[in-house]
Amino acid sequence: MGSLVTSEWFRLVLGLVIVLAFSQLNALFLVWLERKVAGHIQLRIGPKEVGPFGLLQTIVDGLKLVGKELITPRSADSRLFPIAPVLVFMPVLVGFLVLPFAPNLIIRDMNVGVLLIFAFSAFTVLAILAGGWASNNKYALLGAIRSVAQNVAYEIPLLLAVLSVVLMVNSFQFSEIVKGQERVWFFLIQPVAALIYLICATAETNRAPFDIPEAESELVAGFHTEFSGMRFGLFFLAEYTNMFIVSAVATSLFFGGWHGPFGLDLGVPGIVWFLAKTYVLIFVIMWVRWTFPRLRFDQLMNLSWKFMIPLSLANLVVTAIVLKLV
Amino acid sequence: MNPFATETLAQMAFWVVVGLTFAGASIAVFPRNILYNVLGLALALAGVAGLYLYLGSFFIALMQLLIYVGAITISIVFAIMLSRPLHLEVPRRELPKVAMGLGASVVFFAGAVGVFSTTHWVPAADRGMDWSIAAIGHMLLTKYDLVFEVISLVLLVAIIGAIVTAGFTRRLSS
Repeated sequence: MGSLVTSEWFRLVLGLVIVLAFSQLNALFLVWLERKVAGHIQLRIGPKEVGPFGLLQTIVDGLKLVGKELITPRSADSRLFPIAPVLVFMPVLVGFLVLPFAPNLIIRDMNVGVLLIFAFSAFTVLAILAGGWASNNKYALLGAIRSVAQNVAYEIPLLLAVLSVVLMVNSFQFSEIVKGQERVWFFLIQPVAALIYLICATAETNRAPFDIPEAESELVAGFHTEFSGMRFGLFFLAEYTNMFIVSAVATSLFFGGWHGPFGLDLGVPGIVWFLAKTYVLIFVIMWVRWTFPRLRFDQLMNLSWKFMIPLSLANLVVTAIVLKLV
Repeated sequence: MNPFATETLAQMAFWVVVGLTFAGASIAVFPRNILYNVLGLALALAGVAGLYLYLGSFFIALMQLLIYVGAITISIVFAIMLSRPLHLEVPRRELPKVAMGLGASVVFFAGAVGVFSTTHWVPAADRGMDWSIAAIGHMLLTKYDLVFEVISLVLLVAIIGAIVTAGFTRRLSS
């Protein structure tokens, strides 16, 4: 038994359980937060009946989703339809492998950590496409196609914005990037890249004003129209976990990771700084969602191809030149 | 043999990756549904990335995912969107086409086997040279600079060609 507890196998399972538990808890909290934020922005008070401040509302909702019947439409593709929600959730978990929560709280501090997160985001797009196509529903297919087009368009400026930070630190390693921000956070040096990253991350997670893949007023619910019960729940879970991951990446790339502002740690442990900044960024993304109207499809494409990509390229070139001169 | 030892785990991972690659490759070829083919191709390419991982090259594995799974398969998806609607009847397999496909892959397979068998393989530990990503990057921009630039030029021509073609047909239709 002793060999079992110390084995790599045991560590793998334990790590996976912790990550899964955290992502569920995080999603439950974020759904509650989203409803509260939306409520207050619209001069309502949001959920308040179940538990103190309505905190238990999402747990009850989650139980309801688990209890619901999983309906597969008669004309849906019976093989792809059930695995699409699983496929969409799987790559999201990989991100936790490299997120730098604190100096010694990184599951695996890889020297290509930043790349890992963006490499696996491709699977999310394919899974959304598979789900939308397998539903055999006009709205779902339209949503899936929009999602693919949007993700392709916004991944380019996103990667270019990240590259300008990588150029400054000369490393893809998260711990190195965070160490480079001990005194000055990178969003002060790279404000353009930080802004481009945040806009593109909002688009990559399919959040308003970039939520045309699931635009309720046009497409019912977009690519997940036909999914019921916990299959729908998994899409939801993936979206909120994705939101956490893009915000955590933004925190470590642009907002100092586990460091306090200007090298002042104030005796607060790194993980508290990290999580606080991540959740503030998530709040900003929610705030944006309930403030701005949805973009039209052509506006969305023009914004990326004609504005964001040239801007991020210019930013990258300027960064390279300045680094060479200084 | 301890089933929980790291060694066994690595062996298992290797065979899982090989299995995924083969399963993906057959899904990419056999079903008559083009979306299955694309997803199978993505699976096979991800399996190849796993093999790179197993060979200890994390960077190449991630690049494989980023470029082949992320960019190439998704551009194939775009091509599918522009082709015939998926709900139409699928045309039947034609024997000459299948034969030509088989022939091409046999030629490629024979060539690959030829290269494998004539290459003088050296274990990683015995190789004198530095094969890290940094070294390869330096070589690409010094010794093999010309090749690198020619490839970039080809890509540039392809991009300009695509823009010109798309712009031309758009002007015709408007």
